Amino acid sequence: MSKRGIVLYLHVHQPLRVRKYSVFDTAERHDYFQEHDGSDRDNQKILHKVADKSYRPMNALLEKLLATHPEFKVSLSITGTFIEQAEKWAPDVLDSFKRLVATGRVEIVSETYYHSLAFFYSLEEFERQVEMHRDKIRELFGVETSVFRNTELAYNNSLAKWAEGYGFKGILAEGWDPILGWRSPNYVYRPVGTEKIALLLKNYRLSDDLAFRFSNKAWEQWPLTADTYSEWANASIADSPLINLFMDYETFGEHQWHDTGIFDFFENFVGKWLSNPDNTFYTTSEAIDTHDSAGEVDMPHTVTWADAERDLTAWLGNSMQHEALRHLYALEEDILHSGDQALVDDWRKLQTSDHVYYMCTKWFTDGDVHAYFSPYNSPYDAFLYFMNALRDVRYRLMESHRYGGLLDG
Amino acid sequence: MRSTNAGKKKGASDDAWSGHDKMKILMLGWELPPHNSGGLGVACYHMSKALAIQGASIDFVVPYTATHPDTDFMTVHGATHLEPLARYGLMGAYDSKHLRQLGLDEVDMKDLHDMRGVQKRYVKFVEQLVKKQAPDAIHAHDWLTMEAGMRAKELTNAPLIVHVHATEFDRSGTDAGNPLVHEIEYQGLMMADRIIAVSNVTKNIIIKKYNIPADKIEVIYNAIDVASLDGYDYDRRTYKYLESLKEEGYTVVSAVTRFTIQKGLTHFIRAAARASEKHDRLVFLFAGDGEQRNELISLAADLGIADKVFFTGFVRGKQWRDAYNVADIFVMSSVSEPFGLTALEAAHYNSALIITKQSGVGEVLHNIFRYDFWDIDVLADQIVGIATSPSLAHELRANVKHEYARISWHDVARDCMALYAKAGSGVAA
Repeated sequence: MSKRGIVLYLHVHQPLRVRKYSVFDTAERHDYFQEHDGSDRDNQKILHKVADKSYRPMNALLEKLLATHPEFKVSLSITGTFIEQAEKWAPDVLDSFKRLVATGRVEIVSETYYHSLAFFYSLEEFERQVEMHRDKIRELFGVETSVFRNTELAYNNSLAKWAEGYGFKGILAEGWDPILGWRSPNYVYRPVGTEKIALLLKNYRLSDDLAFRFSNKAWEQWPLTADTYSEWANASIADSPLINLFMDYETFGEHQWHDTGIFDFFENFVGKWLSNPDNTFYTTSEAIDTHDSAGEVDMPHTVTWADAERDLTAWLGNSMQHEALRHLYALEEDILHSGDQALVDDWRKLQTSDHVYYMCTKWFTDGDVHAYFSPYNSPYDAFLYFMNALRDVRYRLMESHRYGGLLDG
Repeated sequence: MRSTNAGKKKGASDDAWSGHDKMKILMLGWELPPHNSGGLGVACYHMSKALAIQGASIDFVVPYTATHPDTDFMTVHGATHLEPLARYGLMGAYDSKHLRQLGLDEVDMKDLHDMRGVQKRYVKFVEQLVKKQAPDAIHAHDWLTMEAGMRAKELTNAPLIVHVHATEFDRSGTDAGNPLVHEIEYQGLMMADRIIAVSNVTKNIIIKKYNIPADKIEVIYNAIDVASLDGYDYDRRTYKYLESLKEEGYTVVSAVTRFTIQKGLTHFIRAAARASEKHDRLVFLFAGDGEQRNELISLAADLGIADKVFFTGFVRGKQWRDAYNVADIFVMSSVSEPFGLTALEAAHYNSALIITKQSGVGEVLHNIFRYDFWDIDVLADQIVGIATSPSLAHELRANVKHEYARISWHDVARDCMALYAKAGSGVAA
């Protein structure tokens, strides 16, 4: 009889934010990602800040937990855009991730290098970015990835089929009630139409208690203690095998600040959970290897881990977002033919899903402006700077490589 | 304390005030439609109407005598026998440059050719009015009526609410302005029990320039009466040439305003030239007139964009409404704009909005672009961005409609009622 285990999976990501890049910069300078004004678009400043608040203290805690508890395990996905920035501005953070992986109890999960939505626009480009990420992980950590997660946990049946065909043994998705019905997310499932790939579904209630509610003083459960959370975890898992806690890594220290007690809470909870000899932690691969599928799950439409809607509307909900990505992906062939690596890199950095997320207007139209988290004043500003940068990419193509045109559609 | 008289007007009104005597508001204004020269009259009209619906009994004083249709929800009093157009004496509505520097005791009340004479007569009229019946609250709009408001407060001890739609700093567009007007504004703001500012832009001016404590000032934004804008069919023939340019892919960028320093139009023209460097299918419609007209025309020529800039001269009626309709982008370039109701009208007529950070209306709208009035590169970037992206233009237009429709005069009236009650209890105690 295998143990009951928590699958803790944390997502590490920082985008390269586009600076206030005006139409007068287009065709003049190509430094879209370089704002050095200390604003929330200053990528170096943000990385330093989040490194101090989250990456350094949380990695230290994870190292401590790994040293203290032989059964503690964690899975991480780390985007290429994060790695590049950490290499430049916080190499010690990258070193601490390497030490974690070297314990053999920290698994790296596969994803697109650029945290992009390429799967929905170009399968070829999508696969190239998955390969780039696997190469980078191999080079940096010396490990192979075997479980896949797509950007924002955006998942559907065809993605599962792709992942199986590509050789992954598992894939991650949201455990969303309208899909699962009476079934629990605390089991391994099999995506409909696949043979052997396993599906792990996020337990969003227990995950979001930490990721979103932990510091909310208006929440009736605030302040959440490790005791209470252990009770909830025990009640949820009962005699099922798993609890899949999936969340942003930055939950620890950045979304929930140090002074909320999140670090102490987490350390206590891990100790409490493991004090029961029936309990353990699994990496994503181990969870899949240890447990058989409890049944098929059918997700014909794309489900994400975002918002109450659990769909892609925060990224592809308005015509600006569609236009931005349509124009961006329309350049694929010409960009790749150019052989201009700097140009290819910039084009790919613009694919990071955060850029279109900043263009989301649904909170503005709902009147809930405070829900708009962005380094820009408005979604319209975000769109403006992005499009100016995209036009510059076109200009570079034309100017240096005689491809394409300056205007498209 | 006001007497309660439960059950008195049973069935007459179902509002919060039923069962009580109606709250009596003395509203001191300078104009009402159709005899208005600007937004002040429109705002006063809709605010009073919404207040009446919520149970206020309103006596509204104007400085002239005329017929005001659709005002049977309140009693309008004419303080003089002047024609509406003569209410500023011989000077223009917003032009305080030639105002004589006279205290009211130095003014000949019989001299109604002079603004100060009209104001003195207005004060005397209000004195007589409040002697007949004391109001529960006095609501005075802008400096024009502040002296009357202070006098009414003195006589009745009713709370004085001063409603600031614009300060002399806004009207003059500089720090200079007319010293007498500044003095009257200062006294009015000091004497007021509560101050209503139409935006945080205005609130900050009142705090910084007049040293009034912030907690005495409440921001109540203006609304727009959408119904009054409906039922109008755009006539494409009014701006036929611009319409044909649009068919060729041109984007029409407009300003509908008075051409004064306050409106920041020279910056706008410079931004127009800057934007035209990056996108050649832009035309600019400057609808209106004012002291800066010639300067703007020659500036456009100096910058080499004279053929792209259209000056209509003074527009009203159909030409005025169609100027909003023909525009793809409406720019409010004001250096200092307390509110800026015209932006809401432009939104109603389907324009994408670009509004300076120095304009109050920008505080209530989020689906717009904002810029600092002096930052011509940012304005140019925003214009080019909209002109070259149909989806950006579409999202801005469609989304701002949800916003302005949500701002209602009934909310304004509700806030005013709460404020009267608060100011009244403070005085009574």
